[in-house]
Amino acid sequence: MGMFILRRTGVMLLTAICLTFIVFIMTNLYPNLEKLAKNEGNFRMSDAEVASFLGNRGYTQGKLQNYGEWLGVLPGYVIEGIDGKTRGRCSNHGAIVEDAGRYCGVLQGDWGFSSRFKEPVSKIVAKRLALTGKLMFWVLVVMIPSALIIGIMAGMREGSRLDRALSTGAIVTTATPEYVSGVIFIAIFTSSAVGLKWFKGSATSAMENATLENFLLPVLTIALYGMGYIARMTRASMAEVMTAQYIRTARLKGVSFANIVLKHALRNALIAPFTVIMLQIPWLLNGVVIVEVLFNFKGFGWVLVQAASNNDIDLLLAVSVVGVVVVLLTQLISDIGYVFLNPRIRIT
Amino acid sequence: MQNLTWTGTLGVYLNPLFLTALSAFFVFAVSAAARGFSRLDGRTLLNPTPPSIALLGPTAVIGLVLWLLSLTGLPPFAMLGLGNMTLSLVVCLVIGLATGFGLFQISSELIFKLVWSTFYVVLCLFLIYFIVGLFVVPETAGIVGAISKQLTPTWIALLVTFAVSIYFKRSLGLYGKLFDSPIGMIGLGLVLFWVFTALLGAGFDLIATHDPLSQVSGMKNKHPGIPLRGAEANDYPYYLFGGDTLARDVFSRAIVGSGIVIVIAPAATVFAFMIGITLGLPAGYFGGRLDTVLSFLSNMVLAFPVILLFFLLVTPEIIESGLPNYLAVILFVFPVIFIAVAQFSKNRLKPNFLTLKLPIIMIIALWLYLSLVSETDTTIALLPPLLDLFDVPSEILVVFVSVVFVNSPTVFRIVRGLTLDVKTRDYVAAAQTRGEGPWYIMLWEILPNVRGPLIVDFCLRIGYATILLGTLGFFGLGLESESPDWGTTINAGRKLLSVYLAPPLVPAFALMSLVLGLNLLADGLREESLRD
Repeated sequence: MGMFILRRTGVMLLTAICLTFIVFIMTNLYPNLEKLAKNEGNFRMSDAEVASFLGNRGYTQGKLQNYGEWLGVLPGYVIEGIDGKTRGRCSNHGAIVEDAGRYCGVLQGDWGFSSRFKEPVSKIVAKRLALTGKLMFWVLVVMIPSALIIGIMAGMREGSRLDRALSTGAIVTTATPEYVSGVIFIAIFTSSAVGLKWFKGSATSAMENATLENFLLPVLTIALYGMGYIARMTRASMAEVMTAQYIRTARLKGVSFANIVLKHALRNALIAPFTVIMLQIPWLLNGVVIVEVLFNFKGFGWVLVQAASNNDIDLLLAVSVVGVVVVLLTQLISDIGYVFLNPRIRIT
Repeated sequence: MQNLTWTGTLGVYLNPLFLTALSAFFVFAVSAAARGFSRLDGRTLLNPTPPSIALLGPTAVIGLVLWLLSLTGLPPFAMLGLGNMTLSLVVCLVIGLATGFGLFQISSELIFKLVWSTFYVVLCLFLIYFIVGLFVVPETAGIVGAISKQLTPTWIALLVTFAVSIYFKRSLGLYGKLFDSPIGMIGLGLVLFWVFTALLGAGFDLIATHDPLSQVSGMKNKHPGIPLRGAEANDYPYYLFGGDTLARDVFSRAIVGSGIVIVIAPAATVFAFMIGITLGLPAGYFGGRLDTVLSFLSNMVLAFPVILLFFLLVTPEIIESGLPNYLAVILFVFPVIFIAVAQFSKNRLKPNFLTLKLPIIMIIALWLYLSLVSETDTTIALLPPLLDLFDVPSEILVVFVSVVFVNSPTVFRIVRGLTLDVKTRDYVAAAQTRGEGPWYIMLWEILPNVRGPLIVDFCLRIGYATILLGTLGFFGLGLESESPDWGTTINAGRKLLSVYLAPPLVPAFALMSLVLGLNLLADGLREESLRD
């Protein structure tokens, strides 16, 4: 088991390095750098000004050199620019600061400086991740129990009317992406045209003070899309367990149906959904981005959009590291958890 | 001219009937749901649930529905509010308990019969609007009738397809079997509806009432059924779903937008499947280092958050740098390889094949490939303009490439898994003993035998590609901001959503119905392919 986790962690590191390198190359393509320079400086810069702006800030060094600096395995640049000022990477691309170290990369815990927000990246990511964490927490609280209940009720009597109704419902929710259900929810529950006005169409106020009124719709929008898939997997697993021999034995012994479902079938039926739920979490990330933009909730997804549209290199790299770690970590947890839940499986 | 109402003068007579049937249906459906949660009189149950537990279901369902209705403040339910939410909830639950007890005195068969009969009445009344609308002027049948009339070409095409398919269904293989399952038929109906609408509406311009891009003054932000200001004699006199923020016709934009989705999503899925199959078969069959490398690459792409990838790949700056074109060169070569290898491995010993047929196939395939990837006036101008059959606009190409790029690793994993499973079968061993080459075994022994799950996944994946296209449009990536595709339209309409509902909701429901159709179709196919 220890060897397995070690190997997976190694693969995880390798994947993260490869992916960040790809992100790095793409954000450092010259047209992107040009955009960055014009955002930072002014929009009427000439080509020569752009080139000197980038040259002064070390962007025109070799890609590998820059990536090494970001990673913290190579010393940060110190360049005396054409305009006579000396700038260093470890001084936030500005005039040299005395106490700045030679190395300032991820390995030293320095995630860089955001050009969009004018703040250290680590601070932004921590703050926004906490907000998204709140959103995700409530999404999971709503999504997992309802998906499991729907799946169990559909699967306990396969082919019954209840099963057919719930399965069709599950298909409908998987066919409704977040930007469709979100728009429909906003139209029905918040618009003055329909007139219900039960909830708020913006979740900005939920960042400090989440109430049912401003937080239910975003949570429901993300939860609905993921719910259908988990419910269908649970249904399949439950239906399979219900045909097992030991369930028949329990029935013949005279155990009531409710007890059969709750005490005998449920435990074995929940092994497969656990994996599915864990693997579903990275997919929720997409929903988070869409919903945060739609409901104007300024969390991690909103930061991703801001960073990408402004080509904020350091922030984008940090965002992609977080995304990749979430994906790989959930995969690892699902694999390990599967072994613990299902004693028939051994990892060698 | 007056605004067109939803149901016109016909609605004056039909609407009360329709509403009565609809509310009856909802009442019966809620009671059936409440009744169905647990049965006292189950035919096959050995150990029935005790009444105390069985009554929990109806109490909760009916009580909560009544409580929510009282919260909406609709006239007949407002008095249940009682001025106090908690008290109202208790009263509603008590009513639910009483009704639940009453419901259990009726047999469940009767309730479900009532549900279905009211459902069919509602459906018939709804169809009357559609059918009457086909033959009368828009003022008589309202917006619903007028839309039905505009969609006449689609209805005819659908009817013909269904009639022919049902008549010949015994000789149509898996496709014919689809007509045995209601779910599959509904799914196929929805999908074909959009296919025909895209073909006839966007392709032949038989359905749309106005030009999707032209702006008419005075039609900005109008509600559905607005008469066209300053209409000429040959103009359609109404904006059926109203006008959007740029005074364009919402209905026509949704119709023409379907063309973009219906072309790109399936085509991107086909390419993703070609790539996934061409790489997944050898990875599963040979295993070893090839498998390790390919699996690592595919896991890497899968570990990338999709939206981040889109934001990195589909920007004007990246298009300018030519990266999507290079990706296209790599990705689109796989179908050519696939066709070449498939033909070569099967027919290489036949006379005339190597000297005549293979070169012809290869020349055509390569020509198409080069026409597709080569863009005049860019870094990749491989063909002279004279030979270049078609130029794909770069913003469409980048959208296409990114959807293929995101989808192919998943297909790769599915194909690899299936191959690993199937390669231990006897017929593979038999082919190996016969001395067949590995590519023949992979493409002509293994692939046809895993086609069932692949066809099902193909349907699901088209739906997913549609969702991805919508996501791209929603973030304003790739396609131009005035493009009529659904995602872009939803994005444009959501800013004024609290006042003007139609501009974002029409494409939203269109997209949802197409994806739903594809999912139901996949479900029907899975069910029918498992049956034999």
